[in-house]
Amino acid sequence: MGARASHEAEAANGAASRDCGGRRGSCEDSTPEDISAAGDITADVAVIGGGVIGHGIAFEASRAGRSVVLIDDAPGSGASWAAAGMLAPVSELHYQEEQLLELMLESSRLWPGFAAAIDAGAACVKTGPAGTASGAGTGYLTTPTLAVGADAADRRALTDLRQAQQACGLTVEPLTVREARGREPLLSPGISCAFDIPADHQVDPRLLIARLAELLDAEGNSCVRRRAAGLLWEDGRVAGVRLAGGGSVRAAETVVANGLGASALDGLPPELVLPLRPVYGDILRLRVPGHLRPLLTATVRGMVRGVPVYIVPRQDGTVVIGATQREDGPADPNAVSAGGIYQLLRDAQQLVPAVAELELLEATARARPGTPDNAPLLGRVAAADGGDVPGLIIATGFFRHGVQLTPAAAAVSRQLMDGTADPRWDGFRPDRFSRVPGTSGDSHNKEAA
Amino acid sequence: MNETTLNPAAPDVVAAAAAAGAPADPFVVDGVTLGSRLIMGTGGAPSLDGLGAALVASGTELTTVAMRRYSPAETGSLFQLLVDHNIRVLPNTAGCFTARDAVLTAELAREALETDWVKLEVIADEHTLLPDAVELVEATEQLVARGFKVFAYTNDDPVLALRLENLGATAVMPLGAPIGTGLGILNPHNIELIVARASVPVVLDAGIGTASDAALAMELGCDAVLLATAVTRAQDPALMGEAFKHAVLAGRLAKKAGRIPRREHALASSAMEGRAEFL
Repeated sequence: MGARASHEAEAANGAASRDCGGRRGSCEDSTPEDISAAGDITADVAVIGGGVIGHGIAFEASRAGRSVVLIDDAPGSGASWAAAGMLAPVSELHYQEEQLLELMLESSRLWPGFAAAIDAGAACVKTGPAGTASGAGTGYLTTPTLAVGADAADRRALTDLRQAQQACGLTVEPLTVREARGREPLLSPGISCAFDIPADHQVDPRLLIARLAELLDAEGNSCVRRRAAGLLWEDGRVAGVRLAGGGSVRAAETVVANGLGASALDGLPPELVLPLRPVYGDILRLRVPGHLRPLLTATVRGMVRGVPVYIVPRQDGTVVIGATQREDGPADPNAVSAGGIYQLLRDAQQLVPAVAELELLEATARARPGTPDNAPLLGRVAAADGGDVPGLIIATGFFRHGVQLTPAAAAVSRQLMDGTADPRWDGFRPDRFSRVPGTSGDSHNKEAA
Repeated sequence: MNETTLNPAAPDVVAAAAAAGAPADPFVVDGVTLGSRLIMGTGGAPSLDGLGAALVASGTELTTVAMRRYSPAETGSLFQLLVDHNIRVLPNTAGCFTARDAVLTAELAREALETDWVKLEVIADEHTLLPDAVELVEATEQLVARGFKVFAYTNDDPVLALRLENLGATAVMPLGAPIGTGLGILNPHNIELIVARASVPVVLDAGIGTASDAALAMELGCDAVLLATAVTRAQDPALMGEAFKHAVLAGRLAKKAGRIPRREHALASSAMEGRAEFL
């Protein structure tokens, strides 16, 4: 839908201005006709999946001097299209998820450099003939987050959570309601508490993907608008990707980054179980009328009678309100839940009454790729002989944290390609659910097959 | 049932049953024998792994799932977790506001899960999440007529609880306090009255905040306790699950052991020399 149209427009603009920094000659989005005419495509790296994670990994590989082919029949139209883009290691902390926190914090450390690299590349692209193509940036903002509670029990819950956050060395400072409303005058006078979280920031995932696509294109990489059918194997290693409808992409490294679609790929190592499940989320985008701007300057994350809601203000005068978590399995996976939207608006209005005055632009629902421990499936996969399967990297299962973890996923993937993997991230290996025979993963995988 | 009679033989029976490999003190409902008197809900868990660990730690053998919230069709879902841990599913109609909603949801559950057990929840409004007594009675009648085994989530109203039993409910499940509040058992006297008059199992359902609340429910004579939030939203759900396992057992044993009467004045635990023992 919209994602695809805008992405194509951006890509076309990028292609017109590829001279700046481009190493290889031409890059054009490959159509099925191109591939059947040209036979196989060859590159250093094939990335399956064009969401934030796939784009981030492709960008990092390209920056490291590798040629990349990104494979997706509708790039940026999955969970990334819905995502609010909060970069929130602190307010996303849940009890007993300390290992995930380490990766979240690592990604936060990488975010400024990652965003700067994109901006630098985009500025370069912009000097090309199609000068209007870029320049909107990624919407990366280091404005703080305010955590607020609606009633007394919410205040107690957020106060308890703050203790866990502080025990992890995170900064969460209590504000009086008056102080919070001094900073954000449209906050309801009735809130029960407020906390300042300076380290939680934001980016606009739609802009992020558009910029990354432009840069990949300008660097001479290609985007194949086709669905990946499965992995190509050669002499015990993964040698690329078989495309649906024929043709293939041959590559020294293949990265599986297509979210929930990962477990449906043909040719995954037979003992590998990827326990992904869809966790649906509804999210709203609204325009703030001129007289109410700015509605907020900080991202507001609220707990309203025990239920979380957030309001993310964008630079363009819109806000994002999200997000539900549903596991109800609707017939149309992108169907928006009326009850979900009602709850989001009800709770957001309780925190910021002026939400009722906004113009509703869009209600979107997508499925996030959830895992049993809420942590990603990121890394290489053990082979039967004891080593790792050569040529294969998995990067999926990012659940609520795909945007936040994009620079980390990109860096970890690059280290794996360079042979300099960091043992700190071994706990996220994608085969961690596959090792004990007869476990849950095995049985449901058989049923699904 | 569950009269406060002292039964000196009970511990021996328990020991003998345990030695024979049978559950020491089985909870029998609709002919099904369960080894645990703790029924767990699943809502509010931070992760599937965390939920699995909490369920295992709690020792539960029966777990209720909101059919409106979880799809049995998804692979790798909550339902698979329950199958893997050999835990029986009690589908519930959470989120239903009318008898019609509840009956349709129960039918969906029966088709998807091949069980005629249903925990019937018909909620009056979102602010209290209290049962709507009129719709609850209506839905119970309809579901019993359709062959369901109805576990009726009800107000702590002895009149309503008996009415539901008379209409054919398999178990009555009075609330201790509104769902998710953790306020404990607000009207213990009513719970005792419900237990005293019931001839079907009584399960204390909703409002449990911490382990002592569950122990109290069992001491009041309930046959089992159902809870979710108190475990799933605890800071360490697995540890809290284990706490509830012990609490339910402790409350049950205390009920069977027979508590001492409450007295106004102190009574030395060792009787004075030379006096006859009257106890």
